[in-house]
Amino acid sequence: MPNQLPRWRTNRRLAWSLTFVAAASLSFGFALVPLYDTLCRLTGLNGKTGEAATVPAGDADLTRLITVEFTSTVMPGLPWQFQPTERRLQMRPGEPAATTYVATNLSGRPIDGQAVMSVTPEVAAIHLKKIECFCFRRQPLQPQETRTLPLVFFVSPDLPEDVRTITVSYAVFPAPEQGSAENRSDLGREP
Amino acid sequence: MTSAAIHHEQHAHDDYEPRGLARWLFTTNHKDIGTLYMLFGLIMFGVGGLFAELIRWQLIQPGNTVLDPQLYNQVITLHGLIMVFGALMPVTAGFANYLIPMMIGAPDMALPRLNSWGFWLLPPAAVVLVLPFALRYFGIGGGPIDTGWTIYAPLSVQAGLGVDFAIFAIFLLGASSLMASINIIVTIANLRAPGMAMMKIPLFVWSWLMTSILLIAVFPALIAGAAMLLTDRHFGTHFFSAAGGGDPVLWQHLFWFFGHPEVYILLFPTAGIMSQILPTFARKPIYGYRAQVYAYWVICFLSVIVWAHHMFTSGMPVAGQLYFMYSTMAISVPLAVLFFCWLATIWRGSLSFETPMLFALGYIVLFGIGGLTGLVLADAVADQQYHNSYFLVAHFHYALFGGPIMGVIAGVYYWLPKMTGHMYSERVGKWHFWLTMIAFNITFMAQFFLGIAGMPRRIPDYPLPFADLNMVSSIGAFMLGASQLLLLYNIVVAWRGKGRTASDQVWEGAQGLEFTLPSPAPRHTFTEQPVVA
Repeated sequence: MPNQLPRWRTNRRLAWSLTFVAAASLSFGFALVPLYDTLCRLTGLNGKTGEAATVPAGDADLTRLITVEFTSTVMPGLPWQFQPTERRLQMRPGEPAATTYVATNLSGRPIDGQAVMSVTPEVAAIHLKKIECFCFRRQPLQPQETRTLPLVFFVSPDLPEDVRTITVSYAVFPAPEQGSAENRSDLGREP
Repeated sequence: MTSAAIHHEQHAHDDYEPRGLARWLFTTNHKDIGTLYMLFGLIMFGVGGLFAELIRWQLIQPGNTVLDPQLYNQVITLHGLIMVFGALMPVTAGFANYLIPMMIGAPDMALPRLNSWGFWLLPPAAVVLVLPFALRYFGIGGGPIDTGWTIYAPLSVQAGLGVDFAIFAIFLLGASSLMASINIIVTIANLRAPGMAMMKIPLFVWSWLMTSILLIAVFPALIAGAAMLLTDRHFGTHFFSAAGGGDPVLWQHLFWFFGHPEVYILLFPTAGIMSQILPTFARKPIYGYRAQVYAYWVICFLSVIVWAHHMFTSGMPVAGQLYFMYSTMAISVPLAVLFFCWLATIWRGSLSFETPMLFALGYIVLFGIGGLTGLVLADAVADQQYHNSYFLVAHFHYALFGGPIMGVIAGVYYWLPKMTGHMYSERVGKWHFWLTMIAFNITFMAQFFLGIAGMPRRIPDYPLPFADLNMVSSIGAFMLGASQLLLLYNIVVAWRGKGRTASDQVWEGAQGLEFTLPSPAPRHTFTEQPVVA
């Protein structure tokens, strides 16, 4: 088929198409951020835990007893004390459990903290369903103030058979700047 | 148009040709721009090489204080960034610009002004990258980027202003590469002479088509990541900060999604050069033209789905490690196809061993070692030990110097007579080759053993048991650096016209449209479209 357009037109058209491809590739780079988030949420990779609004209907699995341990880390730059109230508890898959963490601002000025949760072993993470947790919510503490933070959750009966102990770990960071992107719940969603 | 008319037009055109600085600043001629790219790359190779010598000087014995740890980190980072982005990519882009139009029978690249833009972004990028050295001297900032060329978060989020300068350099380098890639694809797609079907274009042209496709597909991912790093550093985002719900490992994914195809972007052009040089000096046609084209496509496709073999120790689940291990090993198959096609080309050929051929043969040996040691690293189990050790450093130097750099040097010797009209000194060329081969192996073979013995990379000092091999490696490095002065000598010999005059064909077995042109190639070539048989 004979080429209708002059050479320079064809060149320019192809050049713009390729620029469009490059721009699409750039968008893809940015899109990878929510894409990774979604993939991790769906697969439970990277220790992403599950969520639930309420305890599921149906019986608890009475044949298994799971040990859930609680640990805490205060990240550098935050003059807080942060501990779980109980180190471990025993529960059955499908049963809800509630526990608390206690945070104290040891310094003489108001400081906001923010906690991030992670769960090991990784295969168990998606099966730990949080009903209420204090992750990613800004916790302002006045000087010397102590606060009790609740965690309500259950372990789904789909938990693999060979997992008998789950460790829930909270790391509390100095909260990011006020009014910045972090406080948006869509970006800082529960893992 | 009659020949007299062409002649007259040429002279009239010459009257308008700018001279001196104006010529080089404003040129849109593909040979001029190719020359600029290559000169720039050569200078950067010297700067990057200087940094390498500083590194090896620091490491020649334990307890050295030639470079303090922060300066050391800056030097190793700049060595990597400059060699990859400042030396290798511009030099191969220079070959592309110079040769592709001649090889396909076109008068110039499709988008000459874009071409000029693409080059002239590079000198500012180099300045931006290195400027923090000067700024530090005046008390501003802590010096250039010091995170390693891989710029991992969270260190890069917290580090000094050198990272910001590096990010801007990445933007400029990315824009330059994208412009060059678009230009190359449009040129190859639209400007081939009649009869020059896609399956007839020289393999060097194919290799640059694939390189350009990869660049357009993945460089923007690095640009996006660098932009995210910039906003994390200064505008309150938390893409890579766990405190805000982000993840430092995201940077690794973004970087290596670009970074792995990048190594094929670095490799392909010189693989194409190999397919031009070997047939000439074996006086045999290239073996497996089709197979190599298919191999390029397969490598291209596979290269974007194997990136996390750079991340085996980042906490990846076993399923992920298995997948990336298998896919990485799979990519060695089409690479082996290229390799064996080269071997089959020289098999039972009528070989002569001029300098380009020597470097091409050296490429086969050294890149072979690089590739095989890559298979060792691809084993996720072994990699737990070798990741970020000197085994890795040796592997990628065998792969990147032993392959692409040797290939670039081979290409320089091969086409320099075509470009300058004069031969280089064959005697000096042979000395250059043998000294390079010996020095290179002394430098980097020792590093394989250092890695196996447990020495990590990116450390300015090391425990006593590693001392002997480090001394060996450093001596080799000094010899390697010094040998490259012979290359410089030879380039000058050819450029200044001190060597023998070169014929059109230059080499007895040379084929290809560029070897139908006079040497040196005239400023404007194929202004009348040739018809290819």
